[in-house]
Amino acid sequence: MKKTNTLIIILAGILCSVACQKILPAAPEDHDLLDGSVQGLNNEQAARFGRGDLTFNNKIFTSETGLGPIFVATSCGSCHPGDGKGHPFTSLTRFGQTDDTGNKFHTQGGPQLQNRALPGYQPETIPPGATFSTFTPPMVTGLGFLDLVSDADILAMAKKNENNIDGIRGQPNWITLPSYIKPKENAIARYDGKYIARFGLKASVYDLLHQTVEALNQDIGITSIYNPIDQWSGQPIEPEILASEVHNLVFYLQTLKAPIQRNPENHTIKAGKSLFKSIGCEGCHRETLKTGTSLITALNKVEFHPYTDLLVHDMGSELDDKYTEGTAKTSEWRTAPLWGLGLVKNSQGGKYFLMHDGRAKSIEEAILLHGGEAKVSRDRYKELPNEDKSQLTAFLESL
Amino acid sequence: MNNKLYYSIITLLCFTLNSYAQIDSTLIKPGSDTTKRSLMNLEAIHNRPFTNIGNTPAALGGYMESNWQYLSTEGVSEGHQFQFRRLTLFTSATITKRIKFLAEIEFEDGAKEIAIEFAALDIELSPLLNLRGGMIVNPIGAFNENHDGPKWEFTDRPLAMTNMLPATWSTPGFGIYGKKSFNKWMASYEFYLSSGFDNSIIENSENKTFLPATKQNKNRFEESENGTIFTTTKFAVKNNKWGEIGISHMGGIYNKYRDEGIDIDDKRRVNIYAIDFNTQIPNTKTFVTGEFAWVFVDVPETYSQQFGTKQQGGFIDIVQPLYTRKVLDWNNATVNLSVRIEYVDWNKGRFKETGHQIGDEAWSFMPGISFRPSQKSVFRLNYRYLKTRDLFQNTPERTDALIVGISTYF
Repeated sequence: MKKTNTLIIILAGILCSVACQKILPAAPEDHDLLDGSVQGLNNEQAARFGRGDLTFNNKIFTSETGLGPIFVATSCGSCHPGDGKGHPFTSLTRFGQTDDTGNKFHTQGGPQLQNRALPGYQPETIPPGATFSTFTPPMVTGLGFLDLVSDADILAMAKKNENNIDGIRGQPNWITLPSYIKPKENAIARYDGKYIARFGLKASVYDLLHQTVEALNQDIGITSIYNPIDQWSGQPIEPEILASEVHNLVFYLQTLKAPIQRNPENHTIKAGKSLFKSIGCEGCHRETLKTGTSLITALNKVEFHPYTDLLVHDMGSELDDKYTEGTAKTSEWRTAPLWGLGLVKNSQGGKYFLMHDGRAKSIEEAILLHGGEAKVSRDRYKELPNEDKSQLTAFLESL
Repeated sequence: MNNKLYYSIITLLCFTLNSYAQIDSTLIKPGSDTTKRSLMNLEAIHNRPFTNIGNTPAALGGYMESNWQYLSTEGVSEGHQFQFRRLTLFTSATITKRIKFLAEIEFEDGAKEIAIEFAALDIELSPLLNLRGGMIVNPIGAFNENHDGPKWEFTDRPLAMTNMLPATWSTPGFGIYGKKSFNKWMASYEFYLSSGFDNSIIENSENKTFLPATKQNKNRFEESENGTIFTTTKFAVKNNKWGEIGISHMGGIYNKYRDEGIDIDDKRRVNIYAIDFNTQIPNTKTFVTGEFAWVFVDVPETYSQQFGTKQQGGFIDIVQPLYTRKVLDWNNATVNLSVRIEYVDWNKGRFKETGHQIGDEAWSFMPGISFRPSQKSVFRLNYRYLKTRDLFQNTPERTDALIVGISTYF
């Protein structure tokens, strides 16, 4: 009996020791996740990526650490869960600019509405007479690749459109750089000193430092040495985040991997890709771009597949909210990168909230909302048989 | 006095005094059920194993909990973790007849957190009317009063009671309690007035309405956030055969609405309701213990829906003694099979923007096996299967854990 008990105990011990490996959940496939770094970071870079990741996804700002007092969200991860596209709950409202002469409501809280406030404070409201637009936060993966596309390449893509028979044109959005932003090496300036911006739904943000600083300030109410203006008082105050933490965030965004396509060799997906090209979608949603030089090996002079041209295009009256940024017209929106589209639902509660304000609840609905320069392609899509439409959707969902 | 000398004298005194054990194991599962049947959760604070110090009226006791844990979330693990969860010391003294004092001091995570969890004077006017004052443990639910590690078959405290309700939340206060027996029936009540919560329950780094955040406010022991009174009320009945059921409420204004005489915000209330029960099925000797709670918080409309106005959660433990027999020199060593099922929803409601349900919830299933060489000590092996869902109801994140732990009174 004693021997049996001892044997049972030994067996239980062995079972427990191997159980860790067997019963604990396996990690999801890399292509099913948006988060994770580019390949080949050295140890120092990987540690820095980790620090940025912690700030981006785990740091919750409170009144004690500078939140607000008026704000939209309490953390970066609130708007970009799992580094993915945001939910309508954290959509931003921008107001006050109708043309390239600038925002007329800067003194009344423009351009961004801080629609939430700490207890005891009142949030902003849209001033009378101001037009506005709602922006669903985009996913943040692969931004380091987009950041390294040269201005010359962006201009070349615009030039290539000049004689497009489908009516696709597209142009860069030019902005005046904030004082804390240095132009990139080989940046191309316009006659009036404006530079090509590329991030954000209107392509009105120059680079990832610009994006990080303004998101901290406008979305969370966090001042930094780069933008010390408190959104509530309109006055400069002490930085509420260390510059090194801002830089870690920027590094994190630079080195987040690009979304990985799933089953690219699948017959249906390949057929969908052919249809995507044949009906003219690739006129704007350019499959392949290339990066310039970078100290990070994985980003240095490589081709990548974001399905965007980083230009703003007229999308028709239905998507014209009478609000704009930079030199873009109110009906113009930056070509949304399509990479990661199939993973969008994973951060939006299992549902689609597509287009700039999340109004499209499916990929098909999003396609049908395309107007303006995309009207010809949209009409070709409408004419496709259902089977072809399904193939096209399968391709888009594989991205 | 030199600190080393001081501690040496105390240690010597402890060892040289003629100590003897005065063990009351009646609240320990699976305990001597004849005595257990006469006790209620109300009495858990005082019914612990103490060691009397010679002929003095003082008694000492305590417990410790320590674990090894291997946890993995979606395939990512921090590896092997050895944890010293807590060391709790309690001391009690019968000052005179009908006047008792008990204090409980807890060192958590290797003294990262040191707290006086309980330090109160009890005066018995009659069994039906006792006065209590000092640092009290508010009797919301049963776990808050009956939380000693060695009493439980699980290495972790219940999620809802630690991460929704503030487990072992104590605060300065005064109140009355009492108990009355009628044959096989008993009834008890508790009513306390105390300091309450503060703004941190909706302004915290958990990014959710989180009542335990108020435990970080060390000023609460000397200054109430808003000068108002929190009330805690509990009623419980017990039948020797059927078990005990309790209902409780705790509530009051939590926010700082006035500063230097100037109104700076509206008065905002928090209300917590809980129901708890425990029983032993006579034929199988199966113990069933459970608790469920609902939290209602007045969160400003202009704040963020990230911070929920309604929360709910609870747990149910089922513990089945497998056998009790002599093992080595332990006469009544017991092996138990157990399972805990628990659930918490930190934000019950719907998004204003979409009308869809808000997530921020967790479910857990935790089977385990425990070995008690005596009623005072327990060795536990638990497996946890936990699913957590974020605010937007995205695909739940799965966490699995293997935990081996020990917990013992001393």
